[in-house]
Amino acid sequence: MSKVKYDFDYLDYLESEAIHILREVAGQFERPALLFSGGKDSITLVHLALKAFRPGKFPFPLVHIDTGHNFPEVLQFRDALVNRIEERLIVRKVEDTIQQKNLEPPKGKLASRNFLQAYTLLDTIEEFEFDACIGGARRDEEKARAKERIFSVRNEFGEWDPRLQRPELWNIYNGKIHKGENVRVFPISNWTELDVWHYILRENIQLPAIYYAHTRKCLVYEGQLVAVSPHIQIDPDDVIVEKSVRFRTVGDMNCTAAIESQAHTTEEIIQEILQSKISERGATRIDDKFSEAAMEDRKKAGYF
Amino acid sequence: MDLLRFTTSGSVDDGKSTLIGRLLYDSESIFIDQLQALQRASRHRGNEQLDLALITDGLRAEREQGITIDVAYKYFSTPKRKFIIADTPGHIQYTRNMITGASTANLAIILVDARQGVVEQTLRHTIIATMLQIPHLVLCINKMDLVGYSEDRFYEIVHLYQDAIRKLQVKDVYYIPISALHGDNVVYKSDRMPWYTGKPLLTYLEEVPVTHDINQAIARFPVQYVIRPQDEAYHDYRGYAGKIISGGFHQGQAVTVWPSGLHSTIERIEYAQQPLSHAHAPQSVVMLLKDELDISRGDMITPADQPPVLTQDFTATICWMDNAPLKTGDKLLLQHGPAVVRCIIKHIEYKIDINTFSHQDAGGSLQLNDVARVRIRTAKPVAVDPYTVNRANGSAILIHETSFNTVGACMIEA
Repeated sequence: MSKVKYDFDYLDYLESEAIHILREVAGQFERPALLFSGGKDSITLVHLALKAFRPGKFPFPLVHIDTGHNFPEVLQFRDALVNRIEERLIVRKVEDTIQQKNLEPPKGKLASRNFLQAYTLLDTIEEFEFDACIGGARRDEEKARAKERIFSVRNEFGEWDPRLQRPELWNIYNGKIHKGENVRVFPISNWTELDVWHYILRENIQLPAIYYAHTRKCLVYEGQLVAVSPHIQIDPDDVIVEKSVRFRTVGDMNCTAAIESQAHTTEEIIQEILQSKISERGATRIDDKFSEAAMEDRKKAGYF
Repeated sequence: MDLLRFTTSGSVDDGKSTLIGRLLYDSESIFIDQLQALQRASRHRGNEQLDLALITDGLRAEREQGITIDVAYKYFSTPKRKFIIADTPGHIQYTRNMITGASTANLAIILVDARQGVVEQTLRHTIIATMLQIPHLVLCINKMDLVGYSEDRFYEIVHLYQDAIRKLQVKDVYYIPISALHGDNVVYKSDRMPWYTGKPLLTYLEEVPVTHDINQAIARFPVQYVIRPQDEAYHDYRGYAGKIISGGFHQGQAVTVWPSGLHSTIERIEYAQQPLSHAHAPQSVVMLLKDELDISRGDMITPADQPPVLTQDFTATICWMDNAPLKTGDKLLLQHGPAVVRCIIKHIEYKIDINTFSHQDAGGSLQLNDVARVRIRTAKPVAVDPYTVNRANGSAILIHETSFNTVGACMIEA
């Protein structure tokens, strides 16, 4: 056999692992779904799924749990992407869940619907009888996430029990579940924020414009910059500024803060993150600060 | 840049979480907001000093009890290398979680409390690391500050450990005296132990050769999924998608499909729809064969001249991970890569005593965390290699038939 130069770096390793995990989902489950928020992590997942399944179709639909508090740029991007790759998209709205279930919508200045997403997600899982939901969560994001398996079994209430996780050995993933249970699968668990950006650069992956520096009106709230939108309440003494900003994560507009930035290209973003002393969630997520175990509590309740 | 995956283990209160906290803190891998949260949490607990252990203990119950319940994965990098840490619990009831973290590691750090010396858990973790064939071991003798940074105490423990592991096939052990609490010999070389001439831990982690546990001589391709597009352009396309778990394949190669034993030739190897002349582990690719064979998920493609061991009866070293005991005659599911078959435990040959490494009569049953050698019979043939030769194709998990829990780790001897 001829010898070939074989240079397999850490991005190749992470990519291959993620493709392997996606194909395990396709092989082990009858009705999987890929949860798609329009953020960089789920866009990376779609890119990986193209590598895993083309020239075939995806063995799962994309599912967007829509909080109704979206950045318009993200919705446009979502629809353009789905058109381009010709895959199925299912959208279910938190707004509808609030109506149907007579839920109390959050009140207050920055009324985030983030925690209500869990209700809509669980209803959607029931409606389509999804047995696996692929998500773009990463273990470097948050301390409770760092504890989670790649195949994370949830009970029929969608709850995560960190004490009863299955051992996960080698690269063997056990996806066997009882009817009503559900597995959340995280193919990019082992990626960090920087790994994702290096991969986006290497693969030339397109992202919604809000990830790059642009001028935007923001409300200054406890030192953070929140995009001015119809979803927030603006009081007379509020400070509104217009700055060059970008977003490090994309979620509910009301709990995803912008950072000041002049980074207009992926290379500039990588440089910016390398110099940053603040974590992705610390810089941007207002809802994680409510308590030391905010994410753990949301996950136990069925949140992603 | 390359990647080193390592695991940390040790007994409760040996300071594993503190060590990882120290590695991250001193290598400036902790963000300011995380540090602030840590300071708040430390103060909240009445600690004067920053409690670095709180970095990894992410669950409420862990913070309450000050112990690690489950594996936490942490990521950091230096200009030389990227690292994935599996911080595993030392508590005896969570040994299965330790195996979870260790099964993917290239290196294992085992912590010892300098006051306690070598204890049962030290040997248990050593035997597990050896059994899993982790290429490198580092024995970190921690809390040197509490024994006056004593050189004599360090060498006393080193010698005790060397005596204790003489019977094991331990490949490569490096010994480092540290204080995770004060940062001695973790990232920076300690002034308080001038007698130690070796490397601090981080330097060692940066420089140890990444011995890939991938066997590059024996080629194995388990089929995960068959790609068959239902459209005109790809009418006859039938691609076998999977990950090359060991070795390499090339276009035009004569191959055999297992367990059927049918032969064919590789027509094409594709990666993201691009043709490749060669592909190697651990690449995830698609393979197309010249002949139309009946191949589905769970089958394995190998070079025609490198057959695996096709067997229904084999011996394996297992670690039992369920609260309910395993008994001779129990039926389980065996998952070997994408292949799942029913199996029966024919005979429990012996248990391995983790203190003396001697063989003990199991009396026909195994308890949680027991390590034993067993005979297994499967309902259908599986295509395996001995774990010692090919870690990727010699490993399997045991699954309970009705609870579906993963109840055993299985290293096949074939």
